[in-house]
Amino acid sequence: MSTLQVDIVSAEGELHSGTATMVIAPALEGDVGITPRHAPLLTRLRPGELRITEENGEEWFFYASGGVLEVQPHKVTVLADTAVRARDIDEAAALEAKRRAEEQLRQQKDDIDYGQVQAELAEAMAQLQALESLRKRVKR
Amino acid sequence: MAGAKEVKTKIKSVQNTQKITSAMEMVAASKMRRAQERMQATRPYARKMREAIGHLAGANPDYIHPFLVQREEVKRVGYIILSSDRGLCGGLNINLFKTVVADMRQWNDKGVGADIVPFGSKGLSFFERIGAPITAELRDLGDRPELSQLIGPVKVLLDAYSEGRVDRVMLVGNRFVNTMTQRPEIRRLVPVEPVHDEEMPENWDYIYEPDAGSLLDDVLRRYVESQVYQGMAENIACEMAARMIAMKSATDNAADIINELQITYNKARQASITQELSEIVAGAEAV
Repeated sequence: MSTLQVDIVSAEGELHSGTATMVIAPALEGDVGITPRHAPLLTRLRPGELRITEENGEEWFFYASGGVLEVQPHKVTVLADTAVRARDIDEAAALEAKRRAEEQLRQQKDDIDYGQVQAELAEAMAQLQALESLRKRVKR
Repeated sequence: MAGAKEVKTKIKSVQNTQKITSAMEMVAASKMRRAQERMQATRPYARKMREAIGHLAGANPDYIHPFLVQREEVKRVGYIILSSDRGLCGGLNINLFKTVVADMRQWNDKGVGADIVPFGSKGLSFFERIGAPITAELRDLGDRPELSQLIGPVKVLLDAYSEGRVDRVMLVGNRFVNTMTQRPEIRRLVPVEPVHDEEMPENWDYIYEPDAGSLLDDVLRRYVESQVYQGMAENIACEMAARMIAMKSATDNAADIINELQITYNKARQASITQELSEIVAGAEAV
């Protein structure tokens, strides 16, 4: 079975490098699943969860806050703005960020940047979601 | 005894200088470690970005971004020159400038002019002195430059490129090989050099999501930013390493001078004692 070479890098360093049979990434217009021999694809990422399935069935979870995804037939490169391994996500901090963003949206003051707050909220939600799905896997 | 006293003062003064240089060496060493970590953290992203953009330049998109078009005729070259704000770092900056000037001269022989954007006050003062045309500049970057600081001056050259006033933009900076070696390097920023993958068919193209136009604008902006930022991080690590080495050799030289002066002092002291003794003996004989 053919495999993909997957590299995940963020501006803060290299996160992951290895082979995989499938990569699921949060593209801007919906999640994309990439298997070997995928057509070349270039897309932006929205904040969300990245899932990598290795040949031996082992799965890796990452959280990316956005960035660019490049796909070549045997190569996937994730150029994330910031990315963390799902198990390294600080749940308390993510919850706090979510609460703060929701608070600000509720207050609906004129001086808040609506778009930015919404982006912050989406980011926190995506982090929590990535953590959630990691938990589910561990339990099983 | 006058000679010995003067030598003593001289020794004190060299010792003070030595204290300063060895303190600077230690400061540079600790800053270098941090700068090196930052440099290593930014390297993989910049490298992967360069690869991805190289692929992109080899593709055949419907939307053609100006950064991907190879211009046949070069009339003017733009240089972004990464240098340090402070001196006392050995030949680091001057080696870099020599490389640039040699490159500029080669272009000049073909009738191609150059625009300079120096980062760091050393670069600015050097290129001002040789009378090169400076279109933008950036100073006082500190040890941890922010990406937002770098964007403005870079944009000046990129705009000039888009409007056709320059046909190439080069990034010049030191490459960190190891603590002892830093190598000046000139890299082409735009137009992007295509990387050809042999496995790919002749006329392939990406699927773009969303549309190619806005995506390519965004990706190429990220590309330029990442390359300049990484170059800057690398240059700062080089600066700290070069300063550490320069200060170490200054400290060693000071130690050599002190040794020599100490011997001179000992001789002078010995001579005066001998003289005094012979005077006493001569006086005693006279009585």
